[in-house]
Amino acid sequence: MDMILDNFNHLYHGFGIASDPFNILLMAIGILLGVIIGVLPGLGGANGVAILLPLTFSMSPTSAIILLSCIYWGALFGGAITSVLFNIPGEPWSVATTFDGHPMARSGRAGEALTAAFTSSFVGAFFAIVMITLIAPLVAQFALQFGPAEKFAVYFLAFASFVGMSKEPPAKTIVSMMIGFALACVGLDMVTGQLRLTFGFTELLNGFDFLIAVIGLFGIGEILLTMEEGLEFRGKAAKIDPKVVWKTWKTLPKFWVTSLRSCVIGCWMGITPAGATPASFMSYGIAKRMSKNGKNFGNGEIEGVVAPETAAHAAGTAAMLPMLALGVPGSPTAAVLLGGLLIWGLQPGPMLFVEQAEFVWGLIASMYLGNIVGLILVLTTVPLFAAILRIPFSIIAPVILVICAIGAYTVNNNVFDVLMMMVFGVLGYLLKKTNYPLAPLVLAIVLGPSAEEAFRQALLYSGGAVSVFWSNGLVSSIMGLGVIAGIWPLIALLFAKLRGTSAQPA
Amino acid sequence: MEQAHHGAEAGPKQRAVEIGTALLTLGFGLIVLYGSVAVGAGWDGGPQAGFFPFYVALILCGCSLLNLVSGLREAREPVFAEYGQLRQVLKVLIPACIYVALVPSFGIYFPSVLLILVFMIWLGHYKWPLAIAVALGVPAFFYITLERWFLIPLPKGPIEAMLGL
Repeated sequence: MDMILDNFNHLYHGFGIASDPFNILLMAIGILLGVIIGVLPGLGGANGVAILLPLTFSMSPTSAIILLSCIYWGALFGGAITSVLFNIPGEPWSVATTFDGHPMARSGRAGEALTAAFTSSFVGAFFAIVMITLIAPLVAQFALQFGPAEKFAVYFLAFASFVGMSKEPPAKTIVSMMIGFALACVGLDMVTGQLRLTFGFTELLNGFDFLIAVIGLFGIGEILLTMEEGLEFRGKAAKIDPKVVWKTWKTLPKFWVTSLRSCVIGCWMGITPAGATPASFMSYGIAKRMSKNGKNFGNGEIEGVVAPETAAHAAGTAAMLPMLALGVPGSPTAAVLLGGLLIWGLQPGPMLFVEQAEFVWGLIASMYLGNIVGLILVLTTVPLFAAILRIPFSIIAPVILVICAIGAYTVNNNVFDVLMMMVFGVLGYLLKKTNYPLAPLVLAIVLGPSAEEAFRQALLYSGGAVSVFWSNGLVSSIMGLGVIAGIWPLIALLFAKLRGTSAQPA
Repeated sequence: MEQAHHGAEAGPKQRAVEIGTALLTLGFGLIVLYGSVAVGAGWDGGPQAGFFPFYVALILCGCSLLNLVSGLREAREPVFAEYGQLRQVLKVLIPACIYVALVPSFGIYFPSVLLILVFMIWLGHYKWPLAIAVALGVPAFFYITLERWFLIPLPKGPIEAMLGL
């Protein structure tokens, strides 16, 4: 009880930090940049934050994280605009929003669809933030007793749930993950001081920077994919006036069941690193089965916008919980933010709540304020962003390439990184086209060093016996959960067989 | 995965690309395996430098083989991408590669101007005045925001030196 009161006290102080005029300004800038990033093809939450990360090196960590996390919220909002108006999902998690959002826009209800999307996003995010406020400190406190073996077990659980939850074949998910781990190993080994996997190339001494990988894989790779489609924007114009907003808001409360269900799905999927994309699909699928108007889904049903948007935002926000409390990011963008923490000299994980209480609670408070600022901003500025989308791709594409190159260079002030970015871009295109998921690769590059350190320390402690990962109740149960998460598809298959039905997921 | 619709243009087969990718990841795994063994992947009072990457590479190779087998079993018909689509991709990829190759010696500004010009004139069929305005405007914007406001230096080449920037 004391602790909860303590947390409210912390949160109150956090609001004091977050409502500083400079920080509010950063929020507004971050949200606007984020929406632009979310709207433009080739720029997304993860690589947008990666590109802008070097600009924050001179700021205080709290201001920096407020700016960058607001870019993330903005990108989450922005994905909905392209989905509804152009039938082009700006982000993978807004694919499910196109199913009903775009039909609504085609029948002249674009304003309604966008209002519903933004409001649901806000509700989803808000639910997730309240959850973070209440649960994150408890998780962090619990995690304080983790030793190296438990830490490794948490990483194992995170990566195993990728394998189990991903809709790509498990072998491909694992390959993608292992490429990330291998890339993270390149360079100087911090424990022995030895060089490894550099094969005599001096450029590889410092290893592969995950920021370069993110900019290449997501940025350049996405542009190449977009080019294949021979992009032609044929969008619907949108104007949101207060009357439409008010009218839509009046209809929304009757979807509270769908909304609540989507919040829970989103939070669950966001904490386990399955991420926002499967959360939005799952939420849409379940809403379709449960709703009275389920048959009309796909023809412009407002509930079909509410469900995926709420879940995507809840998941995107909930992904911050494991990042802050355990140091295990729940999404690629959260992974980039985690990388940012390391660069600013902060150690993510349970100690953060103890040592950097001001930073953590400033961030959590900024999530509340940022989402309110965000909702107001996106509702008022939609026409502007719709106009950005009408700029033809032959102008947008080279500008995005230039932005990616500048972003890659500024990470370490190294021109070699710009070349590496291109290599990652081609790799990203190839992997995406052959259904290898990219998120595990990025997470593995970010977490590789910590995972390896935990692994080696645990083994050192046990004298090399692998049984250390099953040595006590705590570590065994985390590892056990990991194994279950990893082979979940097999278990689900078994259940289906036992019931004698072939249940088809929607 | 993707079914080529009827009367679609020909292109490289998805199966071939899947197999190629599996071989690529297998090759990468073998390189890592070799590199790990080279620095020592055993136990020497503690895990050696190559210990962790060694097992990572083993799993990588194993799963690549699985992907190779499933690639070999895939249907022969589906197309990876039509040649027309690949041409579109190459139209971006080749200028982008040249751009990136120019950056180390010419800095970032001059190649950026060229890149935007090439895209707008060649792919977008824009008139020269607009293309030149955008091509000069965008790098100028980044010069002012990054170098002047944020004091982040970007790479420069002989042309910037000539202009005295």
